[in-house]
Amino acid sequence: MKGFSDPALAGAARRLSAAIQELAARLATQGKTVRIMEVCGTHTMAIARSGLRHLLPANLLLTSGPGCPVCVTGPGYIDAALEMADRGACIVTFGDLIRVPGSKIHLAEARARGGDIRVCYSPMEALRLAQEAPDRPVVFLAIGFETTAAPIIGMLDLALQAGVKNLFLLTAFKCVPPALTALIADPEIRIDAFLCPGHVSAIIGADAYRFVAETQRIPCVVAGFEPLDILLAIEGILTQRVSGEARVDNQYQRVVRPEGNHKIKQLMARYLIPADVDWRGIGVIPSSGLALRPEFRPYDAEAHFDLEVQPGRIHPDCQCGEVLKGKITPPECRLFRRGCHPDHPIGPCMVSSEGTCAAWFHYDPIGIPENRHG
Amino acid sequence: MDDERRVLLAHGGGGRLSRELIEREIVSRFGQEALQGLPDAAALTLNTPSIRFTTDSFVVQPLFFPGGCIGDLAVHGTLNDLAVSGARPLYLSLSMILEEGLPWSTLRRVLDAIRAAVRASGTLVVTGDTKVVRRGQCDGIYLSMAGIGAGLEAFSLSPASIRPGDVILVSGTLGDHGMAVLSARESLFLDSGLVSDTASVFPLVEAMLPWASGVRFMRDPTRGGLAATLHEASVGCGFVLDETELPFAPAAVVIADLLGISLLHAPCEGRMVAVVAPEVAEAILAVWLGLPEGCGACRIGRAEGMAGRVTLRTMIGGVTLLDMPHGELLPRIC
Repeated sequence: MKGFSDPALAGAARRLSAAIQELAARLATQGKTVRIMEVCGTHTMAIARSGLRHLLPANLLLTSGPGCPVCVTGPGYIDAALEMADRGACIVTFGDLIRVPGSKIHLAEARARGGDIRVCYSPMEALRLAQEAPDRPVVFLAIGFETTAAPIIGMLDLALQAGVKNLFLLTAFKCVPPALTALIADPEIRIDAFLCPGHVSAIIGADAYRFVAETQRIPCVVAGFEPLDILLAIEGILTQRVSGEARVDNQYQRVVRPEGNHKIKQLMARYLIPADVDWRGIGVIPSSGLALRPEFRPYDAEAHFDLEVQPGRIHPDCQCGEVLKGKITPPECRLFRRGCHPDHPIGPCMVSSEGTCAAWFHYDPIGIPENRHG
Repeated sequence: MDDERRVLLAHGGGGRLSRELIEREIVSRFGQEALQGLPDAAALTLNTPSIRFTTDSFVVQPLFFPGGCIGDLAVHGTLNDLAVSGARPLYLSLSMILEEGLPWSTLRRVLDAIRAAVRASGTLVVTGDTKVVRRGQCDGIYLSMAGIGAGLEAFSLSPASIRPGDVILVSGTLGDHGMAVLSARESLFLDSGLVSDTASVFPLVEAMLPWASGVRFMRDPTRGGLAATLHEASVGCGFVLDETELPFAPAAVVIADLLGISLLHAPCEGRMVAVVAPEVAEAILAVWLGLPEGCGACRIGRAEGMAGRVTLRTMIGGVTLLDMPHGELLPRIC
């Protein structure tokens, strides 16, 4: 399959690029730059993978926000998982977390030293393991935004129905809208528009961003993840800026409804309540997380092991927090390519498959010496 | 009876059961020429100015996956190491480490697959060994093979000889093997129809012989996929790939997307990447397209830019780096 060789797609990309150039030029004549923040790691990777950033006009800047759930999870969370492994738990995690640094070591190192740490592609794997070894605690590392929280809670629901008693969640769920509020409130950050996540919005709905557009006058566009989706969203944002409007455009209607997925929201509300949680490098944001309701404490790993996730120790030179807030680009970090590397990550942004630093490291040709022939 | 029969520790103990396993299962399949009489070492005569000698180990999990199993994978992997070094594969060794309790029927299926792949390649298994370890000390079967091939002197292969403007050819869709094994391991998408590309690439090498002087580099992109292969070859000159030209199987695209894996980092076990002089590219492509192993062949880019730099021109006209894979992308795929 040559997915992108379809002449119609290439033609659409050219037309959208031309429209973006024209709209940006109109804003440039008014001396306006437009800073668009994406708050979804999948968008960050899609932008990097398409080489889009370097095709944009100079007055149009794409900046990455805290859109990667691994990146906003503190080292103390990894430390807690390691301690549970030491105390005999089988730890089940998505692959993204396996090399994220804790205060001292990461999960892959703990596994090499004999810890029972399993990488899975589906939370259902944790349920299967718990059912196979009912005498043994199985801890699922439950991190993610609303998108990931949904299947994890779906799995917990099945575990309850099946009467499973040895399965626990170490939760660090995060919600996107409160993070937007915190970013807008930071006087050091200027954001002219949000590129809103496609998958998260499928759960929470496009209307979840209306407060941003209506009270802050910041345009929001919900977009899919193909390069054309992102070009279309940028065009939509610029159109709003040119006309001085601020509203939520849903350009991912094939997946996202204004009200989201009611059934999944109901299921999540049955198990989870909003909580004030810490975002690595950003700090505590009110009501920005989801924790298990008190009646589900028997499934809470922290309660079962009687330990509380501590902040943990972050390398003093790590600037992941600044990267996550869009205050600096990865190459502006003191450690980027100078000590922090995907094979030796110091901050999670370098190791997560959706991390901003990883995106720049793997895909961005700037900063690598220019070629002599081309 | 074979349905219930299991491999016992005694089958590796050197006694009567060992002898029985070797005679019934090994000699019956491979016991011709040098293996005849089971000497401790094979006596071989090689009429060739130079030989190539390689060894490889195979620990793939699961043992059977769509399109193949550990047996044919081991044969193809060993043949391909010789082929891409510019050699005609001749002789193979076969060492097996078996786990106590392995179903006899599994052992026989694997050995049948080895025999079929060896026969198809025109090579011979000339020596071997079998050990049995306690249950839990290995995962069913581990295979180790060595291979000897006759150097094809027409080829003069070296990444350092790659010049700007040279053409990159691939013989078919990329990453099928990795996605097929992963889908079997995770019991995902088993109805996708995707099968491993495991195969010998020697026919592709042989087909290039008339233009051998224009072939700079060839490799089967196994672990690390196309990305790792091109980085390895970029010691003298960089590469630019055209995203719109990269061949992928639709099912592999879907699986890789869902798992967040790049097919450019995913392994193949029967594909060839060749960097060739522009004046021979068309002829090689044409002859490859006429072979079953090369029916999906195409050109995907060219040598350009500074050493160590592999870039991708994307569908929207952007330029991105194609980085080496990091970390444990896909353990135990071969």
